[in-house]
Parts: sequence; C-alpha cells; structure tokens
Amino acid sequence: MAKLTFKEENCKGCGLCVDACPKGILQLSPDRINKKGHHPAELKNEAACVGCASCAMMCPDCIIKVER
Amino acid sequence: MVVFDKPHSLIDVPLHYCPGCTHGIVHRLVAEAIDELGIEGKAIGIAPVGCSVMAYDYFNCDMIEAAHGRAPAVATGVKRANPENIVFTYQGDGDLASIGTAETVHAAARNENITIIFINNAIYGMTGGQMAPTSLPGQVTQTSPYGRDTSLCGWPVKICEMLSQLDGPEYLERVTVNNVANVRKAKKAIKKAFQNQVEGKGFSLIEVLSACPTNWGMTPREALKWIDDNMIPYYPLGVYKDRSAAKEAAE
Ligand SMILES: Cc1ncc(C[n+]2csc(CCOP(=O)(O)OP(=O)(O)O)c2C)c(N)n1
Ligand code: SF4
Ligand SMILES: [Mg+2]
Repeated sequence: MAKLTFKEENCKGCGLCVDACPKGILQLSPDRINKKGHHPAELKNEAACVGCASCAMMCPDCIIKVER
Repeated sequence: MVVFDKPHSLIDVPLHYCPGCTHGIVHRLVAEAIDELGIEGKAIGIAPVGCSVMAYDYFNCDMIEAAHGRAPAVATGVKRANPENIVFTYQGDGDLASIGTAETVHAAARNENITIIFINNAIYGMTGGQMAPTSLPGQVTQTSPYGRDTSLCGWPVKICEMLSQLDGPEYLERVTVNNVANVRKAKKAIKKAFQNQVEGKGFSLIEVLSACPTNWGMTPREALKWIDDNMIPYYPLGVYKDRSAAKEAAE
C-alpha cells in the first residue's frame, strides 16, 4: 500500500499534481484553505494510490512525500 | 519505504515562485542530480538576476550572486581558481540570452568546464512580463501587446542551435518539464551535464522550456499545454551537441 504525505502549508494550489495522477484520485480541497489562502491538494481515495510518484514529480514546490 | 522526498540539496523552505511556476521543478532536478552524484559538499552555484535570483536561498551549497547575465563569467573564475569544485549557473532567458549573451557564447567557445542550467520561459518574468529575445513571433507580452512583430523586433534567439555551431562546447540539450515523461528526460539531461563536469569533459548547457503562467496570463495547466502547442514546435527538444558521443561513434 502506498502512502502520500503533503506539506500542506507550502501548497500553492496550482493543480499540476491533480493533472499528473494517472489514477485521477487527487483534488484541490473544495472546502479547506491553507495559511497562504490556497486550496491544498489532497488524496480522494487513499486505497487506490499505487505510489507511482507522478504527482510528486510535477509538484513545483516539492511538498509530496511518497512511501510504498 | 520512501520512494520520493525532497532532495537534501534543496533547502527545506517555501519557494517564492508563483503557483505552477516550473522554476521549482527544475530546482528539484538540479538538487537531485547533486545528491545522486554525491557532490553536495563540492558544488558551488551561481545565481542570476531574474525570478530565480533567490536560488541562493534554496540550494544547500555555496552560492554566489552574479550581476545580470554574468554568471558564466563568474563561474569561469570560480572553476579556474577551484578546479576541484563543481560549478553551475542557473539562469533565465533574459539573463542568459539577452544581457548575458556574450558571456554565454564565450564560455561555450572556451569549453569552460562548467554546467549551465538555462530556463527559457520566453519572457522576462521577474520584471513583469516584458518581451525577451526568446519570445515567440506573435507572442503577446507587456511590451508587445499586439504580439511580437518580427519586422520590428527581429527573431528569437535559439541558444542550443546557435552554440552547436561552435567547436567549443561538450554538451547541449533542450528539454522541458511539462509532463512526467519530460521531467524524467530533463532529470537525465541535467545529471549528465553535472557528470560531464565531474569527468572534466567541459561546457554543458541544458536549456529547459519552462512555464511562466503569471506573465503568460494563463492557468498553470494552460501554460504546460502552451509549451506543447507553441514552444516545442519553435524550439525542438533534443541533443544539439554531444562531443564525447560523436567521438566514440567515429572511432
Ligand atoms: C543590469 C540590469 N539590467 C536590467 C535589470 C532588470 N531585470 C531584472 S530581472 C530581468 C530579466 C529577467 O528575466 P529572465 O532572465 O528571463 O528570468 P525570469 O524572471 O523569466 O525567470 C531584468 C531585465 C537588472 N536587474 N539589471
Ligand atoms: S513571474 Fe513567472 S517565472 Fe517568475 S515566479 Fe512567477 S511564474 Fe515563475
Ligand atoms: Mg525568463
């Protein structure tokens, strides 16, 4: 099973991770904002994540840690 | 098991770049290359003038800030005085291909044993989106509101093509970071550009087609697509020069 950890305070809500995920299971939180005022990225379906790290590779702010 | 995390050579602080700016991706790739080659303690970076001026706050190695466009000249001095160090510059297109064109060309012609990471986002990002020498024909910018008029402003400078005409440089490659596959290729190219210096092969420059969503007036997603639709056709990706590979093939 894969585990993603987001350094949420550094997320700028650019959405590049959302587009990069081959499983389509990331989203920008519709109801939360971080201290910077951005809707942070989050995983919709933890069980479906395969830990490919595509999201992390496209994140310009390097906020995603991937464990498998 | 951790399969992906921030590289050690990238300091753990928030980056000041705009949302979706690909400067951040390229910073990470440079830091990964430094980590993987085990050269963190030997690396010295030269920061430019431009949005990436603050690169000196982000890389976990000694950094020097150069005057606008002069990073290759500063890198030359540092490398010649400290040949055991691994010296790289990180420069935008307004820095490297405009005010610093002379320094770029002559460092390449001399085959200085340095590594250059060149961020071509076809615009002056930091100063608010003015036309760069690399802006595309017809590209709308703050100073070309009706699109770049080549009869008035001339044609874009193609750095890899131009430098490939010189006998000096060892390695020239153009990459981009607009999707996962391209990020992997860019990573390989950047690592090779550092490895070449470790092996004493000489001047290596990697041009990265990069997005500036803010000054292009696009969402980050649209900006990555704009690279595919507009930049890559004008600035084809690929290896423009690899002297060692050419020499091996000839033998
Ligand atoms: C000698 C000098 N001339 C002009 C400037 C103004 N200036 C600051 S950044 C910049 C261009 C930045 O563009 P680029 O190198 O493409 O970097 P980007 O911000 O797009 O990453 C200019 C012209 C300056 N700081 N110093
Ligand atoms: S202005 Fe452009 S190049 Fe500069 S940080 Fe913002 S998106 Fe990046
Ligand atoms: Mg630029």
